Amino acid sequence: MPDQLLFGMEVFLNGLMAGVLYALVALGFVLIYKASGIFNYAQGVMALFAAMTLVGIMNGQVPFAHLINAVFGLHVTNFGWTVPALLAIALTVVVMIGLAWMVQHFVMRHLVGQEPIILFMATIGLAYFLEGVADLMWGSEIKTLDVGLPQGINETIDRVTFDAFGYGFFIDNLDIVATVIAALLVIALVLFSQYTKQGRAMRAVADDHQAALSVGISLDFIWVLVWSVAGFVALVAGIMWGAKSGVQFSLSLIALKALPVLMLGGFTSIPGAIVGGLIIGVGEKMFEFLVGPMVGGATENWFAYVLALLFLVFRPQGLFGEKIIERV
Amino acid sequence: MLDAAPTKETLLEVNNIEVIYNHVILVLKGVSLSVPKGGITALLGGNGAGKTTTLKAISNLLHSERGEVTKGSIVYRGDRIQDLEPAELVKRGVIQVMEGRHCFEHLTVEENLLTGAYTRSGAADIAADLEMVYTYFPRLKERRKSQAGYTSGGEQQMVAIGRALMSRPECILLDEPSMGLAPQLVEEIFQIVKDLNEKEGATFLLAEQNTNVALRFAHYGYILESGRVVMDGPAQELRENPDVKEFYLGMSEEGRKSYRDVRSYRRRKRWLS
Repeated sequence: MPDQLLFGMEVFLNGLMAGVLYALVALGFVLIYKASGIFNYAQGVMALFAAMTLVGIMNGQVPFAHLINAVFGLHVTNFGWTVPALLAIALTVVVMIGLAWMVQHFVMRHLVGQEPIILFMATIGLAYFLEGVADLMWGSEIKTLDVGLPQGINETIDRVTFDAFGYGFFIDNLDIVATVIAALLVIALVLFSQYTKQGRAMRAVADDHQAALSVGISLDFIWVLVWSVAGFVALVAGIMWGAKSGVQFSLSLIALKALPVLMLGGFTSIPGAIVGGLIIGVGEKMFEFLVGPMVGGATENWFAYVLALLFLVFRPQGLFGEKIIERV
Repeated sequence: MLDAAPTKETLLEVNNIEVIYNHVILVLKGVSLSVPKGGITALLGGNGAGKTTTLKAISNLLHSERGEVTKGSIVYRGDRIQDLEPAELVKRGVIQVMEGRHCFEHLTVEENLLTGAYTRSGAADIAADLEMVYTYFPRLKERRKSQAGYTSGGEQQMVAIGRALMSRPECILLDEPSMGLAPQLVEEIFQIVKDLNEKEGATFLLAEQNTNVALRFAHYGYILESGRVVMDGPAQELRENPDVKEFYLGMSEEGRKSYRDVRSYRRRKRWLS
């Protein structure tokens, strides 16, 4: 096989892996949008916040250390212990559930029945607020996140492909783990929403708030549940991105990459988020590989948005967007 | 006040309530009514008379529409209920079937029914009640696996009523069950309501624009106009009242009048304003 083709295949696979990470972020958006009609601009920041909290807990950092030191004239920074990864993840989940509760009780419940645009603006506010809190809580320096996920080139794939084609594929172990985890997460979410009472209630709320309220479903509870699940998804996304490129504030910008993913997949479809993520991931890598050299490169920055724009023109509900059931 | 079945106890009592939307729009201007246990009570009146608002005030779905009860009280089995959450009311046995059916479109018919049992526990009881609903609505059993959004209007109304039944309600607030349905289906739905009332002992408070059907099936009726009760009485009496005949049943002693006459006559003889 010609080298160029093999290289293309490798790029394709790497694109798939990158797509999984986009899909993870998009998933969080879809969950909240489906259940409450809120486009949660803060989803990306939630991933950042989750990752920072995880690192902070693992390193035994004192939260709000700068603030405490400034007020009380102390010099504390560290508890002087480290927390094992799994325990830290569990604690972070608790923090994310607390965050979900606070978002519902201090922001969203006061806006019940308001226009979607008002809810959207509230989440923009939430995004900046959360970014500030994350900064204040854990400091703004770039941190490395290592929860013990395997990293670096996968030797087996490298060797097998080298033996078969005379060309070793470079696939990062982390990407493989991310793919597996994303798949498990999606399966778990689908099982939860299809076969449990709370999952059914979640779908009911997504369909019709008023009717859900009328049969005795507590919207407050369901929305806290949804924001918690979205927080959990954000944590998973945060771990993956953080392990890949370090925990830093640009992490919240990946939220913007999730936008084209959602336009492709449809805002209300979980499979759509996954497939959309993969298409964007593969698409931008392949485009860069095939067309990039002709136009001077750096196509990854805009390819996703152009693709999304085309979708908006020709198929506004996305690939898997919920069909609007209309009886005539 | 006359009562359809004076021996029966009062299940629900609404005393002189006022409802304001968005802090400014006064919709109900002092509505009082009482619902006897085991009866079918009808709330009649034209568009914007305040029927739906009255029901929503009772089930407390008003809150999510930025409405609130500012005066008066709503008493259910001797307890004031107007500050309770809808979920708490459903647990106590008061459930509303909303106007326009409001099925969960993307859930199957059976899933829709099961959401009605959200506040309950006990899988065996719930399964038994599901069968009970299917015996009243055999058509729903046939369509149990279809998405509710793709079922017909009549079937959706059945889903909405069946869903409410799944909560084991004592008092069902039924809002405009005839809306958008063919006369034959309206008859069918009302017949089922009557059956449920007689066999299961369910109490109904129903809001209807279709005065004719409502007064045939109900025991007692209240007529609302611009947020006030202007007349009430046993269904039989209301049916024979000349004003009700003229305004709501489209009949009068001199036979049919031309539309123009009716209009000017009506303006003079309004109860209010």
